[in-house]
Amino acid sequence: MSALTFTLKYKSAQRVDMSPLVCQHLSGMSITEISALTLQSGKLKLRVDELFTISGSDAQEIVINNSVDNLDFIGKDLDGGSITVNGDAGAYLAFGLKSGEIKVSGNAGLYAACEMKKGYLEIAGNAGDFLGAALPGNKMGMKGGTILVKGNVGERAGDHMRRGNILIEGNAGDYCGSRMTAGTIAVMGQTGRYLGYAMRRGTLLLWNQPKLSASFNDCGAHTLAFLPILFGSFKTLNSRFADASEAFNRVQRYAGDMSEMGRGEVLVKL
Amino acid sequence: MIINGVSIDATFAEAFPMKATRAIITAQNEKWAMISAQAMTGFATSVIACGCEGAIERVFDPSETPDGRPGVAIMIFAMGGKGLAKQLETRAGQCVLTSPTSALFSGIDGGIRIPLGKNLRYFGDGFQVSKQISGKRYWRIPVMDGEFLAEATTGQVDAIGGGNFLVLAESQPQALAACEAAIEEMRKIPNVIMPFPGGVVRSGSKVGSKYKSLGASTNDAFCPTLKGMTKTDLSPEIESVMEIVIDGLTKEDINKAMKVGIQAVCDLGAANGIKRISAGNYGGKLGPFHFHLQEIMA
Repeated sequence: MSALTFTLKYKSAQRVDMSPLVCQHLSGMSITEISALTLQSGKLKLRVDELFTISGSDAQEIVINNSVDNLDFIGKDLDGGSITVNGDAGAYLAFGLKSGEIKVSGNAGLYAACEMKKGYLEIAGNAGDFLGAALPGNKMGMKGGTILVKGNVGERAGDHMRRGNILIEGNAGDYCGSRMTAGTIAVMGQTGRYLGYAMRRGTLLLWNQPKLSASFNDCGAHTLAFLPILFGSFKTLNSRFADASEAFNRVQRYAGDMSEMGRGEVLVKL
Repeated sequence: MIINGVSIDATFAEAFPMKATRAIITAQNEKWAMISAQAMTGFATSVIACGCEGAIERVFDPSETPDGRPGVAIMIFAMGGKGLAKQLETRAGQCVLTSPTSALFSGIDGGIRIPLGKNLRYFGDGFQVSKQISGKRYWRIPVMDGEFLAEATTGQVDAIGGGNFLVLAESQPQALAACEAAIEEMRKIPNVIMPFPGGVVRSGSKVGSKYKSLGASTNDAFCPTLKGMTKTDLSPEIESVMEIVIDGLTKEDINKAMKVGIQAVCDLGAANGIKRISAGNYGGKLGPFHFHLQEIMA
């Protein structure tokens, strides 16, 4: 069976809610049935075959070709299977992802992996603000799984993050790891202002010295035994994080945010 | 059956179901991993009075350990799961947590999960940090030499304890030399431990005693100094008997260990004073696992 492939015919004037097109919903449906599904786009309901050319049949392996940045909610609540996005993804990519794998060849918009629970998200380009965060007003961001971003990420990455890994090969914007409850965010590039703002627990693992707020206290230089195990878990990734020469276990440890619980840490490569 | 002049008795070792677990201790170097492992498996020769039976299974190369440092695998056996969990936790807390540069990891992925570092984390007094990596939870406990890293749980599996054989020799040095040769070979077999000091027991026991408070007492039938005083099982030329007790994860593991051990003893042979190989049993009524010596060596 070949992958169930949706090739975008044109860019809709309004944003499109792609949440019906996930593996568990499409499993067992014929192309005719899938074609008849409707997607919300502004005030309109568009038939899937109006927007996309559909081919293939394996609903456990979905491919979206010619994807653009106004296709929102791609892979919402995905529970098993894989989605490959060739092009850009809109907002709320992998929203509430339960299990399975989503790969995007371009950039992703706001709130990618928002409240993600498990699984794997890979973004080859950049990601917008609130990567792996909670919806406004909610207290629980990403709860598990791994996000790999090969480009840069916007502000508030990992806001209210609870568990899991966010791996960023590029730079992170302001407020990275803000209000984190736990989990790990690793940034190979530069980080912005207010790093770890109001974080309670969790780890921010950095390759470059950040500009830290006064509410982070220096705990000294240390060799930490868990780091080789953490880097070992990245070995299978298609990423610089899998490169053994990028791994380290000697870090400067800063504890914070002391204006909050203060059990979080910023570990900077030495 | 006679191998190289050594007579193999037509008898069997009688063994019992136990619960077992394995943990991997790593440290800055093998010396300190070994010190910690020896402390953790000290006073763990017999369930009769130690609460468990434990020993070092083997040394791990840095490439085999979770954190890439030199390591030692230890195994602990107990009669029940509850007792095993208690012994594991107590020993880990007193012997590994306290040992410089050590870290502690699960040695069995499957089985029933029992606490390893799960409760030791409270030593961190609120400063402990949890990390979940590849589905496994680790605890980072701040200690005076840095951080003690411990995996939260390890696996408990069904196992067998009490496999054994007796080496009957013309002198005490010859019996010990034969047992040392056997232990050297048996330590190469995975999934087994020989929990007694150096792997060898010189005080094999029988069930019961003339003293009401004792459940076990010296195995007088195999005591050479009692040959003229009791119903002995020894011929006149036997001057010393030593036993090797084996605990293993499966019957096959114990079979393999007994086979290589007995073979090593027989390789020394009658020329080195080894006369007989026997085994300890209780008439076959107490333990469900029987290891027949002649079948193993066939």
